[in-house]
Formats: sequence, C-alpha cells, structure tokens
Amino acid sequence: MSKKEWPLWEVFIRGQHGLNHRHVGSLHAPDAEMAINHARDVYTRRREGVSIWVVPSKDITASSPSEKGPLFDPAESKTYRHPTFFDIPDEVGKM
Amino acid sequence: MYAQLVKSDGLKAREDMSAEERAFQDRVDNGEKIEPKDWMPEGYRKTLIRQIGQHAHSEIVGQLPEGNWITRAPSLERKAILLAKVQDEAGHGLYLYSAAETLGVSRDELLEKLHSGKMKYSSIFNYPTLNWADIGAVGWLVDGAAIMNQVPLQRTSYGPYSRAMIRICKEESFHQRQGYSIMMKMAFGTLEQKEMAQDALNRFWFPSLMMFGPSDKDSVHSAQSMAWKIKINTNDELRQKFVNETVPQAEYLGLTIPDEKLAWNEDKQGYDFSEPDWAEFFEVIKGNGPCNRERMEARVKAWDEGEWFRDGLNAYAEKAADRRKAAATAAEKPGYR
Repeated sequence: MSKKEWPLWEVFIRGQHGLNHRHVGSLHAPDAEMAINHARDVYTRRREGVSIWVVPSKDITASSPSEKGPLFDPAESKTYRHPTFFDIPDEVGKM
Repeated sequence: MYAQLVKSDGLKAREDMSAEERAFQDRVDNGEKIEPKDWMPEGYRKTLIRQIGQHAHSEIVGQLPEGNWITRAPSLERKAILLAKVQDEAGHGLYLYSAAETLGVSRDELLEKLHSGKMKYSSIFNYPTLNWADIGAVGWLVDGAAIMNQVPLQRTSYGPYSRAMIRICKEESFHQRQGYSIMMKMAFGTLEQKEMAQDALNRFWFPSLMMFGPSDKDSVHSAQSMAWKIKINTNDELRQKFVNETVPQAEYLGLTIPDEKLAWNEDKQGYDFSEPDWAEFFEVIKGNGPCNRERMEARVKAWDEGEWFRDGLNAYAEKAADRRKAAATAAEKPGYR
C-alpha cells in the first residue's frame, strides 16, 4: 500500500505533419510509456496531433523571471536585424 | 459557479500594498499573464488553489450523475456521445489539476482534501439524474451555465488557468449542444416524452441558477478576486446573462420555465426572474443535498479500489527502469558484444 505519487510529465504534440511539436500541458504517469498513453487520452481526443513527446517535468530547466531583462532586453535595440530596417528604393524592385 | 464560494481575504487598498504587491497589481491591470515562477501575493496563490481545485473537483464529481446513464442511454449513438462527454469532463478535471499544481500543491493532496470534505465542488452535482431527460437538461442548463462562467475566465490573469480554460471552452460547446439535442428529441417527441423534458427543466432550473453562487449583495469574496482578475464578472451579472440566453431556448422547445415571476423587462433589456432558494443552496453546500453522501462515497470508493492498479503501475515502472539499468551496465562491460 504505497502512497507514491506518479511523477509529472510535460506533453508536446505535433499538430500536423511539418509543424513543430508544441507544449500542450502536463500530466501524471508512472512511466514514459503510460505518459504517452495518457497524453493520447487527455490531449488528442479530437485529432489534435500526429505525434507526441513526453518529458519528465523535473528534467526541464527554465530561465527565471528575474533573468528576463539580461536575457531578452539586448535584442530590443538591434532593429537592424529586421529587413524593414533598410530602405530600398522602389526603382530597385522587389527584394 | 463551478467554484461557488471561494474564500479569499478582503480587498487590499493600494496604499497598504508593498512595492512587490503594487508591481504585481500593475501587471494584472495591464493585462499581463502571471506565470508559475513569477512573484505573487500569498493570498493570490491560495485563493487560486481553492478556486481551481474546486473547479477541478466539480469536473470530476460531475462525471457521476452522467456516468450513471451511460449504460442506459437509449441508443448506441447516444451512448457513444455521452461516453465522450464524460471522458471530456475527466480531461477538464486533469487540465485544471495540472494548473493548480503549478501553484505548489499536488493533485493527490487536492484529491485527499476533496475526499475528506475539506474542499468543495459545485452544488449542482448533488442533485440526482432520475431519467434520460435529466441528461438532456444537465447538458443544456448545467453545461450552459458553466460556459457562461468559463468563457470570461479565459482572460483570467493566471497563465496556466487561462490556458486550461481556453482548452475547456473549445470542448464545452459540444456538451451544451448535445444536451439541447436530447431536449429537442424529447420535447418534440410523444406527449409523455415532452412531459419528461418539462419535468427535468422544472427540477434543474433553480439548481442551475444556484451554480453562479450567492447574490452579489451576499457575496463577500468578490472584490479582491475581481481586482486580481481571477473572477471576471459578478455572480448576478452571469446569472442574468444565463437567464436571458436560456429563456428563448426553452421557448423554442415549447417548454415553460418554472418561474411565475419570469417576465421581460424592457428597461434593463433582460428578464426579471425569481431568485433560487438560498437556504437550500447553503444546505447543499454544507453537505445536506440529496446526493452529497452518495457522490463522495462513489469518489472515495473509486480512489480506494483503484489503489492496487496505481501501485501496480508504479511497481512495473520501477522494475522496467531496473531492467534498463541492468542492460545498460551489461552493455558497458569489456568484451561484451
């Protein structure tokens, strides 16, 4: 009579061929095989996917909210990374 | 609604807030989503656990009155549809438990609190489903009332809760429509069938109105939850909206809403209607409804009798992991080919 809780898994579903797997949610399961079975029942009841990934939640490393500034702010001033930064004269045509 | 009486502290005035609390409130006011690792007031976290937990419990307990009719559905098609609906409810419960778990409580802990009576679920599921027309009424009215509450909650401030709601709302419309489809079949059927449909409406009307929780003047927990955007509309607003939308649906069926005071009010562009019996509501919440004991007994029985299965899967997972480990060690040994 154990009281051991099933570990938590994060579920990723590929919606259609050619698309990325996307995170859809999480669930509890005793092992990876059962996690796939549960993911099928919980997250693909209406043909939402063609492929499932499951990853133990404890194995995911996340950036911390306090790092948001140092991580993402530097990109803000680098608008030259976008093509619209450069004005190309109409005479040149489509580029 | 599915979370009817969620206790929270009173509204905190801005001048009483700490700098962190003020920054948090600004984020909520700006429509930013709060994510699990973000700083949040302890009251926000606790209230959300109660609310999402109660909502999850309602989804799970809500399977019982309908599950009761899966084997007795009148056709194979209706059986398959009802089975799919009840399976959805299990899924909705799981999405919500997952959302609650991001706040630092485990699913098993929440279930334990449900089973020991420390946490509540919606009062509506303590009413019996006596015949097939009741399954129609439950889908039409109970799921209809649930949608009223869940659609605005898609915009709630807590990210995981909002995402669970979006997913749930996508599926919920099927539930209401399948209920209405049963009601149409019954209401346009034989005289006896129509009487059954009317009888189901009579019994489920006021309990459905109770789903939105006490009247605003008696709802003490609303202000802080609304400031935090974990409650979007007041109980009375949602109840009024539900009545306005449901009355024409009943008229189409040729059924009568069991309320003599029901009348269109031109000024407010909505119906006037009688309030449900709030004394009955509080009795049901306290545990004295027609089916409270039966529902909890069924839940606890399912949990206890499923223990060997949960343990078995754990044992299998451990053995399989050991086998994989042994195989990997053997493969590393020198000379092994």
